[in-house]
Amino acid sequence: MYNIVWLIPLLPLIGFIFLGLVGKKLKSESLIGTIGSATVGISFLIAFLMFLKMLSTPLEAPVIVNVYKWISAGYFSINIAYQIDQLSILYTMIVTGVGFLIHIYSIGYMHGDRGFFRFFAYLNLFIFMMLNLVLANNFLLTFLGWEGVGLSSYLLIGFWYDRKFQGIRIIWTGHAANKAFIMNRIGDFGFLIAMFMIFVNFGTLEYTELHNILVSNTISYQYSSAIGIITILLFLAATGKSAQIPLAVWLPDAMAGPTPVSALIHAATMVTAGIFLVARNSLLFALAPSTMNVIAVIGISTAFFAATIGTVQNGIKKVLAYSTVSQLGFMFAALGVGAYTAAVFHVMMHAFFKGLLFLGAGSVMHGMHNEEDIKKMGGLQKYMPITYKTFYVASLAIAGIPLFAGFFSKDEIMWQTYNHGSAIAWFVLALSAFMTAFYMFRLVNLVFHKEERFDHKHIHPHESPKTMTIPLIILSVLSALGGFLGIPYILGFWFSHNPNFLDNFLEPVFKDANVVLGFSENHQLGGSEYLFMLISVTIALFSIWTAYKWYYYDDKWSVPRKLVLKFKGIYKLLWNKYFVDEVYFTTIVDPLITSSREGLWKFFDVKIIDGLVNGLASITTFFGNQVRKIQTGFAQTYAIVMLAGAIILISWLFFGL
Amino acid sequence: MIPLIITLLLPLISSLLILFMNKENVKLIKYFTLISSLITFLISLFLLFNFNNTNPDIQYYINVTWVSSLDAGFRIGLDGMSLLLVMLITFISPIAILSSFDSIKTREKEYYFMILLLQFAMVGVFTALDTFLFYIFWELILIPMYFIIGIWGGKNRLYATVKFFIFTMVGSLFMLVAIIWLGNYVGNEILKTGFTTDYLKIKEVANLIPLNYQNWLFWAFAISFFIKVPLFPLHTWLPDAHTEAPTAGSVILAAILLKMGTYGLIRFNLEFFTSASIANASLISIFAVIGIIYGALVAAIQTDIKKLVAYSSVSHLGFVVLGIFSMTAIGIQGAIIQMVNHGLSTGMLFLLVGIIYERRHTREISEYGGIARIMPVYATFFAIAMFSSVGLPGLNGFVGEYLTLIGAFTSPILNSWGYAIAASTGVIFAAVYLLWMYQRVFFGTVDNPSNLNLKDLSKREWAFLVPIVIFIVWIGLHPSTFTNISENSTRKLVNKIENVKFGITPYPELLKNSNLKTNSNQINNNKIGK
Repeated sequence: MYNIVWLIPLLPLIGFIFLGLVGKKLKSESLIGTIGSATVGISFLIAFLMFLKMLSTPLEAPVIVNVYKWISAGYFSINIAYQIDQLSILYTMIVTGVGFLIHIYSIGYMHGDRGFFRFFAYLNLFIFMMLNLVLANNFLLTFLGWEGVGLSSYLLIGFWYDRKFQGIRIIWTGHAANKAFIMNRIGDFGFLIAMFMIFVNFGTLEYTELHNILVSNTISYQYSSAIGIITILLFLAATGKSAQIPLAVWLPDAMAGPTPVSALIHAATMVTAGIFLVARNSLLFALAPSTMNVIAVIGISTAFFAATIGTVQNGIKKVLAYSTVSQLGFMFAALGVGAYTAAVFHVMMHAFFKGLLFLGAGSVMHGMHNEEDIKKMGGLQKYMPITYKTFYVASLAIAGIPLFAGFFSKDEIMWQTYNHGSAIAWFVLALSAFMTAFYMFRLVNLVFHKEERFDHKHIHPHESPKTMTIPLIILSVLSALGGFLGIPYILGFWFSHNPNFLDNFLEPVFKDANVVLGFSENHQLGGSEYLFMLISVTIALFSIWTAYKWYYYDDKWSVPRKLVLKFKGIYKLLWNKYFVDEVYFTTIVDPLITSSREGLWKFFDVKIIDGLVNGLASITTFFGNQVRKIQTGFAQTYAIVMLAGAIILISWLFFGL
Repeated sequence: MIPLIITLLLPLISSLLILFMNKENVKLIKYFTLISSLITFLISLFLLFNFNNTNPDIQYYINVTWVSSLDAGFRIGLDGMSLLLVMLITFISPIAILSSFDSIKTREKEYYFMILLLQFAMVGVFTALDTFLFYIFWELILIPMYFIIGIWGGKNRLYATVKFFIFTMVGSLFMLVAIIWLGNYVGNEILKTGFTTDYLKIKEVANLIPLNYQNWLFWAFAISFFIKVPLFPLHTWLPDAHTEAPTAGSVILAAILLKMGTYGLIRFNLEFFTSASIANASLISIFAVIGIIYGALVAAIQTDIKKLVAYSSVSHLGFVVLGIFSMTAIGIQGAIIQMVNHGLSTGMLFLLVGIIYERRHTREISEYGGIARIMPVYATFFAIAMFSSVGLPGLNGFVGEYLTLIGAFTSPILNSWGYAIAASTGVIFAAVYLLWMYQRVFFGTVDNPSNLNLKDLSKREWAFLVPIVIFIVWIGLHPSTFTNISENSTRKLVNKIENVKFGITPYPELLKNSNLKTNSNQINNNKIGK
């Protein structure tokens, strides 16, 4: 069964090639949509069957399937090889499962678009690349997927290449696409160097082999500086792909792409690749405690700062984008304290509820003529009931209301941050969680409730077609119930049958890292965990209550308005996203462009080098001209010169003058 | 052996036949040239299929005495590296010819004569195994190239072609002196059999030359190769020559002529002057790394698409030189495949620039915008070439860049990670300059009315672009088809290098095939060196 794993990425690849080559000639949208979705759907089924097999006969060691030898030269040799274990199969199911739903949704959303076939081709390409990323058995194949998803992201952000998009130095969607690709490349630079260092230090780029080398000698590798540098570089790559500080700024602009893209790539799957990379190398990271601290600090700061920005934005997708950055920060916080399972758990739950939120936003925009400004919405509840209900479920899930998906995963992260991290870390995350619940319900209230603020003459809101609402419903069920995959141990007695399924399932992947980190297998059932759970639920409820009070029970929004006036500076800072883009442009981009143009090109190339060459040429010409003057053509002159020469020669020869 | 002779001589014979054709009959000349180059390509496939990958030595060797007093001979043959490059020539030439069909509208007879003569000289350079013969081919290249730029080029063609000629001419004079000195020293001082230009003979013993002489010889060869590559800071002739040359000229210049430099570095500098190469590796690598970054930065701010692509060559060739002077099998293999890759991707970019130039007669980026809407197929091809050039994994460019970088990183001779780390920033910049240009040309809306009626690709243009795309993907996904060809000849060279430097043989499995004499010579040399 496992040895047909290559089929999983192959099917979307076939879809991409087929749709890319002949898609234009296929006139029927439903045919294109069906082909595009089916390839992903079948891949999901294969992955699901493998998952079932894994449940019936637990897999102790990863299964490696070699496809063929990819690159080899000298001592270097690397295969196209896939690795099946609990982590990769889980990620595969998320990618293909959520991916499939979003493909279906796109059939409705992209209806009538002139690039319909192109859209599905790109989506399939993305799935192919993402599957390579997560199924790879070595860093280089992961890197192929890593850059490949960057490519698909580029193509899809700039999908409507002739539309405008607003941003710092962004006029067209293509600018946003460029920004995403280039920011990611900065991270990829770290990935490249990390791979070189791994190859030099361990002589291999295969995950399993590297793992075995590390396991056999954990003591000597702990605190080794090489591993410290390698992990920091890999984390740099992760900050690019997963939009963390300092490379976070591309993600909000990536919203220039069609909304299903934002849902699939920039919320549910691709942006979690950074978490995957760390989780895949859990042991390597566990051996570098200082890197783990860096990850935790970056994760927590990103979670906090992005959440603060989210509270003041007015674009529906923009709020969700900052929310995504913030939630990814939560996941990195978990990774940083060694709670790998919690991070992966949140990846999965986040894929459900954030995918759903974006699709919901897409559905709203679909019914509102692509209006994005939430100040110009309101009262949409009655026009789009399914979108409303599903969006509400997702908001409850992300806010962390008990029994919804986000409750279990976020609570797990916060508890672990306190348990293995510090109280301050927990506190900052709690603040971020508060803001999360607030901006989500601010969004819900401004979009769906109360007064209708849109222009009734031009905009006639309507519910989206079934191809769009059915994926919404499925995802809302998952957002509501998905959390039961990871019930905390302290609540285990209610579900004595199988507490924390996910933790047990992923245990073989993370067990060696946990040993290094000193985490015992027995989960202490302390009373304090109850307390923390209670606190976070209170926070969420209080926050939602605030949002309702400010935006639902007060038609004039007087409190937020007052706050904006009172804290003008802070508001401006948040509204302008801390001016990070501006700082990057003025300190890095502009000086580089100016010095390249004026210094390197116009001065060095043109003045120095060409000047030198042209100078030599003109000196030659000059002397040529001077010498030419001697050739006057008068016989008398020649005779005199000859005579003078003869006299000099003779006097030199005979008299030694 | 016979396929090699045909591959070399058929273009020459065809070019001479063109002289007998009526210059009014343009169609005949065009199709005759195309068919001749296609036949050459088909015949060169025999070279590929009959080549023995496991043999690291020269194959298809032909040795005909020519000037016996100089021991100069018509000596040609192929090893893995030169086979790949010869295949690149025979592959690119018909494409370049096909791309000229609409763009060359004056003096067609002379043009196609020059192109075929150029093809002959190029194959000659990569097959010659005699320093004298090599020099003749090397200089012969200049003649057709000079005329191609000078007659069929752009506005500034005379300046560009003279600059091109002088730069390369100056370089090759150094090489000529070195060839004579070398032939004399090896023939009269070491072998004591008289002056020689026999490549294989010289290769066996050249490293016995004392290091202080070797250094002079090394630089005399190297300067002429660096100008051709071009290595920073000797690169300024390239942007002018590229910009002014007609499309086919740029394609051949980028795809093949620049590779003469990097090929020469491996073939002569590394093989002959191994000790001097080791001694100078770090210095040259520094220039290579500067070139990678410099080329990319200067490319980013160009306003002319063709000049941008030209500067990107400086950056890409920097990777090749870095790979070569990493002096590891990984790095040199990377350099060889990167030579092929650059030929394909930059060649394709020049073809694409030519396509739009034919339609609009401008290459200024600001003249365009929104072209993706008007010419979607063109935009797609451009994107493929661009991402190949950017080094996206899965396409060819990545394989070469990655191997050269990892070669530089692991190199015991450079012995520092700094080179590879600094060079890797080029990966970021490559994305910057190409994507930025793509955005400005293809995305947005069509604001310039003269772009509204541009025609998308014609069948002829499809025909010469698709084969390149096939190889771009093929090398990206299954590079070992190509790297295997040169793997063993590279390993043999690295055996020699590491033997000289460290007295070890990293790939002992090759010793059985090669003659043991090489080994003992190097041991001797070590003694002399001390």
